[in-house]
Amino acid sequence: MDFDFAALTSILALTLRLSTPLIFAALAGLYSERSGIFDISLEGKMLIGAFFSAVAASASGSAWIGLLAGIVSTILFGLVHGLASITYRGNQIVSGTALNFVAAGLTVILGQAWYGQGGRTPFLSGAARFGTIDLPFAQEVAGVPVIGPLYANVLSGQSLLVYVAFLMVPLTWWILFRTRFGLRLRAVGENPAAVDTAGVSVPWLRYRAVIICGVLTGFAGTYMSVAQSAGFNRDMTAGRGYIALAALIFANWKPVPVMFACLLFGILDALAIRLQGASLPIVGTVSVQFIQALPYILTVILLAGFVGRPSPPKAGGVPYVKER
Amino acid sequence: MSRPYVKLPAWIEYGLIPIANVAVAFIVAGLVVLLVGESPVEAAKLMLYGAFGYGGGIAFTLYYTTNFILTGLSVAVAFHGGLFNIGSEGQAYIGGLGCALVALNLDTVLPWWVNFPLAVIASFVFGAAWAFIPGWLQARRGSHVVITTIMFNFIASALMVYLLVGMLKPMGSMAPETRTFQAGGQLPKLDWLFTLFGSSLGGAPLNVSFFLALLAAFLVWVLIWRTRLGYEIRTLGFSPSAARYAGMSQTKVVVITMMISGGLAGLMALNPVMGDQARVQIDFPAGAGFVGIAVALMGRGHPAGIIPAALLFGMLYQGGAELAFDMPNISRDMIVIIQGLVILFAGAMENMLRPGIGAAFQFVRFRPSKDVQAEEPR
Repeated sequence: MDFDFAALTSILALTLRLSTPLIFAALAGLYSERSGIFDISLEGKMLIGAFFSAVAASASGSAWIGLLAGIVSTILFGLVHGLASITYRGNQIVSGTALNFVAAGLTVILGQAWYGQGGRTPFLSGAARFGTIDLPFAQEVAGVPVIGPLYANVLSGQSLLVYVAFLMVPLTWWILFRTRFGLRLRAVGENPAAVDTAGVSVPWLRYRAVIICGVLTGFAGTYMSVAQSAGFNRDMTAGRGYIALAALIFANWKPVPVMFACLLFGILDALAIRLQGASLPIVGTVSVQFIQALPYILTVILLAGFVGRPSPPKAGGVPYVKER
Repeated sequence: MSRPYVKLPAWIEYGLIPIANVAVAFIVAGLVVLLVGESPVEAAKLMLYGAFGYGGGIAFTLYYTTNFILTGLSVAVAFHGGLFNIGSEGQAYIGGLGCALVALNLDTVLPWWVNFPLAVIASFVFGAAWAFIPGWLQARRGSHVVITTIMFNFIASALMVYLLVGMLKPMGSMAPETRTFQAGGQLPKLDWLFTLFGSSLGGAPLNVSFFLALLAAFLVWVLIWRTRLGYEIRTLGFSPSAARYAGMSQTKVVVITMMISGGLAGLMALNPVMGDQARVQIDFPAGAGFVGIAVALMGRGHPAGIIPAALLFGMLYQGGAELAFDMPNISRDMIVIIQGLVILFAGAMENMLRPGIGAAFQFVRFRPSKDVQAEEPR
């Protein structure tokens, strides 16, 4: 395999595209888990968002209406998780598992009933998809060695949602660490009793976190079906919700490391696609399955505490019961 | 596991509330059926006929039930120890490897009744080994078993694809699966049981592993409620600090619980691999490990509840397959929704109906309200 510069830029561009849904979903999980609501239903929410945004985009012919539908559907779906884990104080893991199954089944059943294409939604084109955006001066600087192609072919020419995802990272950092809401959100995940004593409603804070989580998974799903592909396919998230969860743990529940973890898992994914069947000079033929399993293996190794120790929010997964 | 809001008699706690929760799940599933433009009542009738209307249907139902009893037991054992094993799917998948190891090497050498117990041991050991790592990591390194078992499902899947497209695939074959086992690697079907009742199996793959599942259910009951280890498992699940004060080794109990859980999931592989297809195929557990979560929650972790819950899901699988012929809009994916709804309402939202039912019970019994102990503080 010729590992030239053009191949490298194409892998990097692919990395950005593949990291985008991971960043949205991992940041979604960040808000939820920082507030003390563990959420393993990121996968299901992404599916729901991808499905309903594709449905709305194909019905209306507008990608923006698709995005809106994706966000509304994931908020509503996420609120079920909120209801189970905040109001009814159920087991959050059980609830998340349940929602993943409901999403996997529901999207296919509805897709089949409405379109009869084996769970696929109609092909989206034109304004029903998020097109690519050329950043200013992309053509002009393309001739500059090294930096030029990187700017023109990697950074420029991505979908709008890719830029939104990367802008979400500093925004999330700012919200979490520089606003009153963020401080309370982090506090409620560490010590809800203290927040309660301060006169702030624990359930309402957690519900808000669940809603933000819904918004961001809506973006993740919409990106997958309306920007990255042209329509919804059955089980199209293919475990990305779990990878996002892995990235979140890997990043120790911090926004900027989340971005790097997602980029790492994105580049692994891009390599798995590009290296299919190729043989490298030293290692020989790389097993695609190994690269695909690598994010999971890395997460397990990290969780085992061999590479630093993850410190999850202390009150995560524990329903809050007001003292009497 | 759950903290009751009101002290209720056993028949309400273990009878009425679980049934009401499952009923809610099915009502919501009925709404989905309505949403896709079919009649839920008609769908239920077709499903029941497909599952129990004729000999072959019953046999298929029991074939699926076998899978779900074993995975349900797997999840339930872990639940008793306070562990949520989402990895039964991957453990069953790896269990198939143990099965294949025996069948591929000995199928032409030894008869099935020698290979069967060997395969039971091998699949149990492989499933247990796959669950050992998450168990050990939870006990010793404090990494959460939920996350690690999810990761291990994906790793198992990648590993099995790797082996099935490489090492395990016979030369010259294109399909990613092992060679077909000879007679010594195939479990006998239960034709005789059905001819006994004047019916026929009709090509259904119901085989002797059905009895293995029933035996496993009995042994799990013995283990959890009649042995010292079972007592330790339940204590750990009920209160880890109490277990520690009582001098039980948390590490030991967690690891052993996870290994038993994984081993039971591994046994499930016998049914499709040696009982039906006579080879290992890609993704042969086909979600049975996840159905086990619903079965365990619905059966409240007790074998006496798990067997009927597994039968219900066996019925849904078989009846659902038949239903898809008549109502093409309702495919196998409907079961995935039902499975999710059952987990949601019988598991996560089990507290939803309890206050209402509790209040109704108090009202019927005319108890003075001071006896009502609302929400235990914790």
